[in-house]
Amino acid sequence: MKQRKRGVILALIPFALMVLAFQLVPILSMLTSSFRNEDGTGFTLGNYLHALQSAYYMQAIKNSLLISISSSLLGIVIGLVCAYCITRFTPAVRDRLLMLSNMTSNFAGVPLAFAYIILLGNNGVFTLLFKQWGWSVFSDFNLYSWSGLILVYVYFQVPLALLLLYPSFYGIREQWREAASLLGAGPWQFWKTIGLPILAPAIFGTLGILFANAMGAYATAYALVGGNYNLLAVRIGSLVAGDVVTQPQMGSTLAILLALTTLLAVYLNHRMLRRAQRFGGSGLLGKPQPKGNTVQRLRPAAREEM
Amino acid sequence: MNTRKAGFAPRTFILLLMVYLLLPLLATGLYAFAQDWQNSLLPKSWTLNWFSEMFKDIRFLEALWTSLYLCFISVALSLAVMLPAVFVITLYFPRWESFMKGIVVLPYAVPGVVAAVGLIRTYSSGPLNIAGTAYLLIGAYFVVILPYMYQGIRNSLLTVSAVELLNAAELLGARRRTAFVNVILPNIWPGVIVSTLLSFSVLFGEFVLTNMLVGGHIKTIQVYLYQRVGESGHLASAIAISYFVFILVLSMVLMKLGKKMGGGVQG
Repeated sequence: MKQRKRGVILALIPFALMVLAFQLVPILSMLTSSFRNEDGTGFTLGNYLHALQSAYYMQAIKNSLLISISSSLLGIVIGLVCAYCITRFTPAVRDRLLMLSNMTSNFAGVPLAFAYIILLGNNGVFTLLFKQWGWSVFSDFNLYSWSGLILVYVYFQVPLALLLLYPSFYGIREQWREAASLLGAGPWQFWKTIGLPILAPAIFGTLGILFANAMGAYATAYALVGGNYNLLAVRIGSLVAGDVVTQPQMGSTLAILLALTTLLAVYLNHRMLRRAQRFGGSGLLGKPQPKGNTVQRLRPAAREEM
Repeated sequence: MNTRKAGFAPRTFILLLMVYLLLPLLATGLYAFAQDWQNSLLPKSWTLNWFSEMFKDIRFLEALWTSLYLCFISVALSLAVMLPAVFVITLYFPRWESFMKGIVVLPYAVPGVVAAVGLIRTYSSGPLNIAGTAYLLIGAYFVVILPYMYQGIRNSLLTVSAVELLNAAELLGARRRTAFVNVILPNIWPGVIVSTLLSFSVLFGEFVLTNMLVGGHIKTIQVYLYQRVGESGHLASAIAISYFVFILVLSMVLMKLGKKMGGGVQG
């Protein structure tokens, strides 16, 4: 018995050590550091006050929030429409379409930014073509600005939204639609009063994941605009020069602020998933699937952070 | 809802979506094979030069090698640590599972930039000064793939009913360790391989942590790609497209493996 206990503890110790050393301690150290004075001692709320009062940091926070919210909303709308459209195809085509969309979710971060630079950058293929053809509509489009960032962000949001939303369309049974139309509801009325409310938890949950995904996205923005566009993630990155934090307290404070927003968004997703399961049984967020589902759901979420 | 032929509107929407999603990929691919591509819809002449140049570039090969062995070490370490731990937790402490779920979901909720700041804060001074070394990076990678490994191993254990298997083995006189090695391991192996490959492909594409923690000292394929973007567009697209094909092949293997197990174990 004693030996077995020893075996159990031996099996758990390396795991506990790794998680402590590389996950919990860094987060704690960051948290305490965000409450420290400039010299690293004492307790103060000054860092947070400074971050929220400084126009520069506030702009970064605002830009990040704006771009995350708009890209998530756009992603959700496109995802919803396209997920619905995909359900109208035959199963074989459906599978192929989903596979293609999943495939593109691998194309993120630096390579993605790079592809867009080739297409639409200053000397991009399309930029030059449009100029040659005299299409002046596109002449004020600038990839390295707000509109370009949105374009690229939506690119990595859509496959994720599709992946997360698509299964929930199977919660809507054909019989309901028939019943509704027998009672005289048109398709618009059906979606307004039955379809969308049923999808609502899935929509809000997905919105949470998309938002967290965009807030944390660093590689794409960093490769695309570098320091030229003031985003929170890029700002945090720039406070870390080489492998030391040049302004450790400020870096930690901003990092904590960013983590708060993403934690909140992921928490929203968690609540919505629970709600969907409670009132819809197994049919709502996907057909009853093996538990491996969670990883599948979450997998692309981590993808953009590369 | 299922077998009806898709109408006009769905077709148009999906066509637009596919154009939006595939165009950047296609362009990168064409650019990698193009000799000269300016002022025309398609490149005027084709070449394989960029690919051969890529393989002649010693820095590329070094970066590829660095990426491969760092990912390999991290995944192997994670396997060695996680297999026994998840086994013990699932078997003896099922009550801890909600706590474990919290731990495992953290890497998702905490973006890479944030994790990097914490890691640098902790390890750039004090007793354990390993900032900028591969040790720190491997530790960070361990946390990145924690969710995939945990879920993969746990699901495999549950699908093969590890507890019952273990009891049966013990009833037949096997010692616990023997039972684990001879009965449980062979059974969960396919599922574990799927999560291992998935973790590998995730790490292979990791940029944030690598760039922030060790960017100056250790160059993985992603860091290398980032540095080449400004120099030669064609060469960089050759690298980007090769990287994409590699990841694609990896995920196809993953899908095949996942299907083989009847959908029971999904990495």
